[in-house]
Amino acid sequence: MNIPGPLSQKPRLAVYKFSSCDGCQLQILELEDELLELAGEIEIAYFLEARRQALPGPYDIGLVEGSISTPAEERLIRQARKDCKVLVSIGACATAGGIQALRNWADIDEYKKRIYPRPEWVATLDVASPIAGYVYIDFELRGCPVNKRQLVEVLSALLAQRRPHLPTYSLCIECKRAGIPCVMVARKTPCLGPITQAGCGALCPKFNRGCYGCFGPAETPNIGALGRFFQEERNVSRPAMVRMLRSFNGYLEPFKTSSDDYEQCIQP
Amino acid sequence: MSNASNPETRVIEVHNLARVEGEGSLHLKIQGNRITDIRFGIFEPPRFFEAFLRGRSFEEVPDITARICGICPVAYQMSSCTAIEAAMNVRVDGQLRSLRRLLYCGEWIESHVLHMFFLHLPDFLGYESAISMAADHKDLVVGALRLKKAGNEIVRLLGGREVHPINVRVGGFHRVPDRGELDALAEELNACRNFAIDAIRFLATLNYPDLEMDYDCVALRHPKEVAMLDGAIATSRGLEIPISQFPDHFEEVQVPHSTALHGRLRNGGTYLVGPLARLNLNWDLYPPAIKKLADEIKFTVPCRNQFKSILARGFETLYALDHALELINAYEPPSEPAVEINVREGVGHGCTEAPRGILYHRYEIGADGLVKSATIVPPTAQNQPQIEADLAAYTPRLLSLPSEEMTLRCEHLIRNYDPCISCATHFLKVTVDRLDSSEAGKALGAPSTNGSL
Repeated sequence: MNIPGPLSQKPRLAVYKFSSCDGCQLQILELEDELLELAGEIEIAYFLEARRQALPGPYDIGLVEGSISTPAEERLIRQARKDCKVLVSIGACATAGGIQALRNWADIDEYKKRIYPRPEWVATLDVASPIAGYVYIDFELRGCPVNKRQLVEVLSALLAQRRPHLPTYSLCIECKRAGIPCVMVARKTPCLGPITQAGCGALCPKFNRGCYGCFGPAETPNIGALGRFFQEERNVSRPAMVRMLRSFNGYLEPFKTSSDDYEQCIQP
Repeated sequence: MSNASNPETRVIEVHNLARVEGEGSLHLKIQGNRITDIRFGIFEPPRFFEAFLRGRSFEEVPDITARICGICPVAYQMSSCTAIEAAMNVRVDGQLRSLRRLLYCGEWIESHVLHMFFLHLPDFLGYESAISMAADHKDLVVGALRLKKAGNEIVRLLGGREVHPINVRVGGFHRVPDRGELDALAEELNACRNFAIDAIRFLATLNYPDLEMDYDCVALRHPKEVAMLDGAIATSRGLEIPISQFPDHFEEVQVPHSTALHGRLRNGGTYLVGPLARLNLNWDLYPPAIKKLADEIKFTVPCRNQFKSILARGFETLYALDHALELINAYEPPSEPAVEINVREGVGHGCTEAPRGILYHRYEIGADGLVKSATIVPPTAQNQPQIEADLAAYTPRLLSLPSEEMTLRCEHLIRNYDPCISCATHFLKVTVDRLDSSEAGKALGAPSTNGSL
């Protein structure tokens, strides 16, 4: 992350929502113990879900939830970039396109016809894209949803003008540190932990299930090796492999290309 | 200042309605002293869940549908699971069913408390947000945050995290808690009870506009308990049908001003779902202590005033607290965390009580366990026509008010519904058209970035 120049004395925060479920901005309101303190440190200038008062820009920090999937959203994100000194995308929709990016592999007109009797009334872009596809982003916080502790870390770092301390290594490291028995070894459960970025606290293995990739690809993941192991040792079919890679972060590389390779039988 | 006696057509526009979940708009057109057009629109970008669920494995469905809504993911998981279990001819009973109810209690509490104190109450007390409200009502806001946290603790313990829980699966859970974990939870829930009761007493002292509507209430009804997960779909006009007959009696229609389909009864009528509808239909099943509290504050059932939905949420929150404590008391860890599923071809319907009302799911599953078709009818889509009907009844009383005040009152009415527009598809914009007014096109505090939505 670029360290931003000095922020205002009481930095002004804007929270934007694009195509999403609201869950990541809700994480701000889920900070039950810190919310009032946060409101003391930062001026919450624009956050429609929380307050009616909406102060005009410019803002010091913009948090962006959601993917860009309509022409109106494209116009709005360009304005948001102009209005914010630092722009941070939060959550899988904003950093990867989110679950709705599954439509990027489909015929959007067929989708519209399937759901709406009058598809011509519904305006959409051809693909649902991460924010960085449209504007420069200063920092990306992963997760579906984001981890609220990580969100506090990013805000604290911005206020202190330092880099956030956030892991980019795989979930396995987080899982081992927590002393959780490996579900892939002990339970023979397929787990995306080796290729998924840490950050959730190894929740799924803690609950006896395999990781399903909420935090997207870890740095330099060896997807091919995990895929071979899944297919040879864990009875995971090729189509199932495609589905595992194509979920909340499926449109983010290298999950995207790997899923295409499995689908087209290029990846062994 | 607008002139209410002016016979011309008037336009007032507000671009963003705040303190709701998602993106929507309201358009009002006033000609002289007549409201000629009301459109409660939803601008939430469509995300096409029902389309991309096709071809996914039945096991992935609760994880995917949770992402429809970050505020009520448990509801989506529960409706998905019960629908798919119906398709697979599996019943989830005993302690597993109890744990699901406990999880749902957690979501009712956190979602209701968020709405009551952070989204809705500022309208009654004249604040723009709970953040401003906290300056004058710190104890109330702090108490509400603690209560909300207690609800979230339930979801965190059973689900792993409060937004998009990871522990729910078709057939039950991945892991079930031991007794000790639940006992710690019970302590905190008990500690929040008095606040919940005092909060209801406080809410009873608010000024409620006297808008009474002849609602056709629709909710789940279970013979023995306040329905959450199962039962029959009942209406206040006397209809009682199995969940599988939902599509025969209810339909969704598309209107040009909304990306959410509108729910209607097939005979053409609007209907009400959510806390007030549930209370009206299930009040006989409420515990005596809560009924006594209702008597004390002179809350009578049936209640036909949606402004009082804040009280209905209060009673449901108290019920959820007490019921959670009951469930914890009676808990014995089940031998298996989930019922085994034998995949078979089939169609299943599920309907559960999301915080905002009934949430209906239907899935057709193939012999390979993959979804062939999916239908999801969220509560806010069902309430959307009723919101318009309420506005039509309410706005004629507001014509003499200045535009800004009128807009605020309309927003308040919309927030009665705790509209979750993320669910219904999602941003609420209020537009009031008064074509004579100098205030035409004026945005209420909208930043430049939102003018284009």
